[in-house]
Amino acid sequence: MKGSSSLHAKQSIWKKSLNARTALLYLFPSILLFSVFVFYPMFRTIYLSFFLTDQHGSAALFVGLENYAYLLESQAFRNSIKATVLFVLYTVPAGVILALFLALIANEKLKGIGFFRTIYSSSMGISVAASSVVWLFLFHPSVGMFNRLLTLVHLPEVQWLLDPDWALLSVSISTIWLNTGFSFLILLGGLQNIDGYLYESAKIDGAGYWYQLRRITIPMLSPTLFFIITISLINAFQSFGQIDILTKGGPSQATNLIVYSIYREAFVNYQFGTASAQAVFLFLCILIVTILQFKFGERKVHYQ
Amino acid sequence: MSFPRKVVFYFLLLFSAFLLFFPVLYAFMISFMTGGEIMQGKFFPQTFTLDNYFRVFERLPLMKYLMNSFVVSTGVMMGQLIVCSMAAYVFVFIPFKGRDLVFFLFISTMMIPWEATMIPNFFTIQKLDWTNTYQGLTVPFFALAFGTFLLRQHFKTIPKELFEASQIAGLSRFAFFWRVILPVSKTSLVTLGAYGFLTTWNMYLWPLLVTNNDQVRTVQIGLKQLQSQEVATEWGVVMAGVIVVIIPTLLLLFIGQKQLQKGLTQGALK
Repeated sequence: MKGSSSLHAKQSIWKKSLNARTALLYLFPSILLFSVFVFYPMFRTIYLSFFLTDQHGSAALFVGLENYAYLLESQAFRNSIKATVLFVLYTVPAGVILALFLALIANEKLKGIGFFRTIYSSSMGISVAASSVVWLFLFHPSVGMFNRLLTLVHLPEVQWLLDPDWALLSVSISTIWLNTGFSFLILLGGLQNIDGYLYESAKIDGAGYWYQLRRITIPMLSPTLFFIITISLINAFQSFGQIDILTKGGPSQATNLIVYSIYREAFVNYQFGTASAQAVFLFLCILIVTILQFKFGERKVHYQ
Repeated sequence: MSFPRKVVFYFLLLFSAFLLFFPVLYAFMISFMTGGEIMQGKFFPQTFTLDNYFRVFERLPLMKYLMNSFVVSTGVMMGQLIVCSMAAYVFVFIPFKGRDLVFFLFISTMMIPWEATMIPNFFTIQKLDWTNTYQGLTVPFFALAFGTFLLRQHFKTIPKELFEASQIAGLSRFAFFWRVILPVSKTSLVTLGAYGFLTTWNMYLWPLLVTNNDQVRTVQIGLKQLQSQEVATEWGVVMAGVIVVIIPTLLLLFIGQKQLQKGLTQGALK
C-alpha cells in the first residue's frame, strides 16, 4: 500500500509537471540562444569592462573602475558622446515629424494613394550600405548633386562630409532619409487604427482639418508616436553603417558615434577593456530610454 | 473632398514622393551612364547601356555574394519562424508556474542592444570556429523577442475552444501546434518572415565582423568593398552594384507593404 501511494504521488508530480516540461521543450531553443548570445555576453561585457585584456579578449589584469575613469577623462570619448547626443537631436525630432507629415498626407482617401504609400515606405527596403553609397555620391565635393545645385544658384560649395562643421549634419540627413520608411509605415498603421466614427462626429460639428488634427488625430496617435520616438532614439544610438561608409568617424572625430567608437576601440585598437566600458555606457543609455518608454507608455503601449 | 483640397494634397503627395525617391531614381539613372556623362552631371543617360552591370559582376564575385545573402536571409527567416512560433505557442497555450518570469526574461532582451554585446559574441563565434560560416551569420539571430510577441498577439486571437476540441479529438500538443495553429496564423508568419528576411539582408556590422573572405560574405559588405575600390573613378559601376543589391528587398517591400504595415503595427502596439 505504502509503496503504491508514493508511486502514485510520484506519478502525479510527473503528471502535474507535464505542462512545465512541454513548455520548456518548446522554449528551449529561445532560452538557449538568449543565454548564449544575449545574457552571457552582456555579463561578459560588464566583466571585461573592469579589466585590461590581451589580444584575444581574455581578461588579463583587474583594474576596477579605471577603464571608466580613463573614458571620462578621454577627450576622444567625450567627443564621441557629444557627437552621439547631437546626432540624436538632429535625427529624431526631424525624422519623426517628416514621417508624421508623410503618414498624414498618405492617409487621405484619394485615388492612387497606394502608389504613394509604397514610395514613402520604400527606404525600409534599402540597406544602410546601399543608401550610404548613394548619399556618398550625392555629397561628393565635385560631381555630387548638392554642390552642383549650390553652384547653379551661385552659392559657395560646401564640403559636406569633409568639413567638421557639416559632416555630422550630412550624416544625419542621410540617416533621416533611411529611417523614414519604417517610421512612416508604423505611423500610417497608427492612423488607420483611429476610429473613423470620431471624425464623422467632428465633421457634423463642423470642425476643420486643423482642429481635427489637433484634437483627434494627434491625441489618438500619441501611443504610436511615443513608440516611434523610442525606436528612433534607440536606432540613433545604434547607428554604425552610415558612419563606416560615409566618414569613418572623421573629419577630426566629428562623426565618431558611440557604436563606431566601440568598434574601433575593440577591433582596430584591440582595447577590449575600454571598448567594453563604452559598450556598458551604450547599454545604460538604451536602458534608460526603454525604461522611460515602459514607464510613460505603459498605459497605452504594452505587450500584454 | 473638395477640388482645391484635392489639388493641394496631390501636389504635396507628388512633391514628397519625388524628393524621397530621388536618391534611388538618381542611382538608377547613373547606373546606366558612362563616366563622361556622370562628370557632366546629367540626369538622364544618353543611351541605356548595361556596361556598368557587366562590369560590376566582373569586379566582384557579386553572384556569390548575392547567393550568400540569400542563404543567410532565408536561414535567419526560417530559424526565427521556428524558434519564435514555438515560444509564442507556450505563452498562449501552455500555462505553467514561472511562465511570467520567463516572459519577463524575454522582454528584458529587448533592452540589451546588439552592439553592446558584440565583443563577447565575436569571441564566442571564434571559439565555436564559426567565423566565415553560415551558422555564424544566422544562428545568433534565431531567437527574437519582438518576433515572439508578434506571433503571440496573433495566437491569442485563436479561440480557446479550438484547443479543447483538439484535445477531445485526441490531437497531441505538437499536432495542434503544427496542424492547427501554424496554418491559421499564416498572415503573421508571413509578416515576421518578410521582416526577418529584410533586416537580415540589410545587416551590416555583424557580417563585417565575422567574415573575412569571399566564402560567405554578404552583398552589403560587397558594397563596402566596391565603394572603397572604385569610388575615385567609376561611379556608374558602384551604382549598378547598389541597384542590384536593393532590388530584391525593394520588390519584397512593394509586394508586402500592406501586410507588413498591418503586422508590424499589431506587434508593436496593442
